[in-house]
Amino acid sequence: MKGLGAISPGLRVIDPGIKATIQDLGRKGIRHHGLARGGVLDLRSAAWANKLLDNDRNAACVEIVLGGFRAEALSACEVSITGARADVTVNGKPVEMWQSLFLAPGDELAIGHARHHRLIYLAIRGGFETKEWFGSRSVVEREGLEGCGPLQPEDELPADSFDAPQGAPRIAPPQAWQWLECPPVLGLIPGYQFNQFQPADLRRLVTTEYAVSDESDRMGYRLAGTPMADPPPGIVSEGIVPGAIQVPGDGQPIALLADCQTIGGYPKPGVITSLDCGLLAQQLPGARVRFEWTDVLSAQNQRRLFERHYHQTVWSEDGRSLHWR
Amino acid sequence: MIEAAGEDALLIRFGDAIDSALPAKIAAVCQRIEALELPWVIDLVPSYTTLQVLYDPIAINVLDAKARLRPLVAQSSSADKTNAEAAGSRLIELPVYYSEETGPDLAWVAEQNGLSIQQVIDRHTADTYQVYAIGFAPGFGFMGQVDPSIACPRKDTPRTKVPAGSVGIANRQTAVYPKVSPGGWQLIGRCPTVLFDEVHLSLLKAGDRVRFVRISREEYLAQGGEL
Repeated sequence: MKGLGAISPGLRVIDPGIKATIQDLGRKGIRHHGLARGGVLDLRSAAWANKLLDNDRNAACVEIVLGGFRAEALSACEVSITGARADVTVNGKPVEMWQSLFLAPGDELAIGHARHHRLIYLAIRGGFETKEWFGSRSVVEREGLEGCGPLQPEDELPADSFDAPQGAPRIAPPQAWQWLECPPVLGLIPGYQFNQFQPADLRRLVTTEYAVSDESDRMGYRLAGTPMADPPPGIVSEGIVPGAIQVPGDGQPIALLADCQTIGGYPKPGVITSLDCGLLAQQLPGARVRFEWTDVLSAQNQRRLFERHYHQTVWSEDGRSLHWR
Repeated sequence: MIEAAGEDALLIRFGDAIDSALPAKIAAVCQRIEALELPWVIDLVPSYTTLQVLYDPIAINVLDAKARLRPLVAQSSSADKTNAEAAGSRLIELPVYYSEETGPDLAWVAEQNGLSIQQVIDRHTADTYQVYAIGFAPGFGFMGQVDPSIACPRKDTPRTKVPAGSVGIANRQTAVYPKVSPGGWQLIGRCPTVLFDEVHLSLLKAGDRVRFVRISREEYLAQGGEL
């Protein structure tokens, strides 16, 4: 349900925590200018945050790294919090994640530290109406564009206007979060320089457990495992996509994510599926991940089903289940 | 050759090695795809030997996307390299204030190659360069190839802060840093032209040709250059 088209004051950030940025699905049609795509790292959690509020699929939300975020409601609003488990309170009283939640003006929302995973998403009914760059509200910090940075204390996050609580709160079904609790196995689509890698190294890629390193940010996660013995040399720079695995000379893969550069010269054996990029992005330093080969059509079908579910299901009266239209 | 690159991109390969004939050919295919205004095409990212086509996998699957693009690529391999040059390729002149004041590596580049500073400047301004790709940073155009006599390796330790407008050489490539950024290219001068802004985005496009024109300190300052 969309608001009346007017803008309400929304939220005021009290403490953004370690890092929090506004993200939607990212920018389109700008990579040939050397601009990164940006956008939410974890498609599933962010989509569920918006689905709980019947938001536009591309509505902007706050992506909070490791939690520790506090904000005050400046007007009546409805929000939802998904992603890594954390203790969440409103005016000090515990509330549930993965549900829709009404806030009255003056209410203080506090999201504690993330447990077991990395990213928490905060959505608001109607979406945050913050500044757009290149047709998207996604913030790509590393490009250093004026005003395009992480949230600061006192930042105000306006939202689409909202009248009064309507209906029962929504509660996401277990399928919304169960995938996050599973051991992370990431689907990898062969591509780019796949044929130039040694068969033994390709086998190593899907039989090694990789640890997520400390050097992990929105550009990419470095992975540490048994290094590839003989990766191919550098290549003539070519277009690269978020999800691509690049292997520099030391044989340790780097998984590129939403803010990655647009072209690059390291060899790449394949690309992680878009949904599994989110599963990787949710892992904390030291967490172990594995790869398994998949193919483009399967990955596309999986993604298409996910999107169809978003657009073609409606909430039941009691807000506890979803039904196909 | 058209390959899948993940679930939402295709990579079209035009060759294996850097070749000054490729940017025009790749630009021609870009134009042909753009002209069709295909709703599922999200972005076209040309590079030295490739064109990456980002598309919406919800709207079209990989097999159909490949099938739609194949004739557009095949068409180009034969006829119209010359068409592309006639139709699209722009020649852009970029003014540069070459000096030790704005190019801290100018003397080093000259010394490394056994040339005078004047000769380095003469050779850098003598050729017209191809823009092979935009990347590294918004509006950063990878151009080449510079004359082998002024080629030089990247710095062993990159600078943490290269001033905006700096003109650099790395091997046989040359480029202008649009904004302050870290960088390892050898710096020989500075260009006052704005190469990227939020409204017009990148001044340079892959497939453009660029010529550098020497300007004086006064002209550099008059055109908005900073020291």
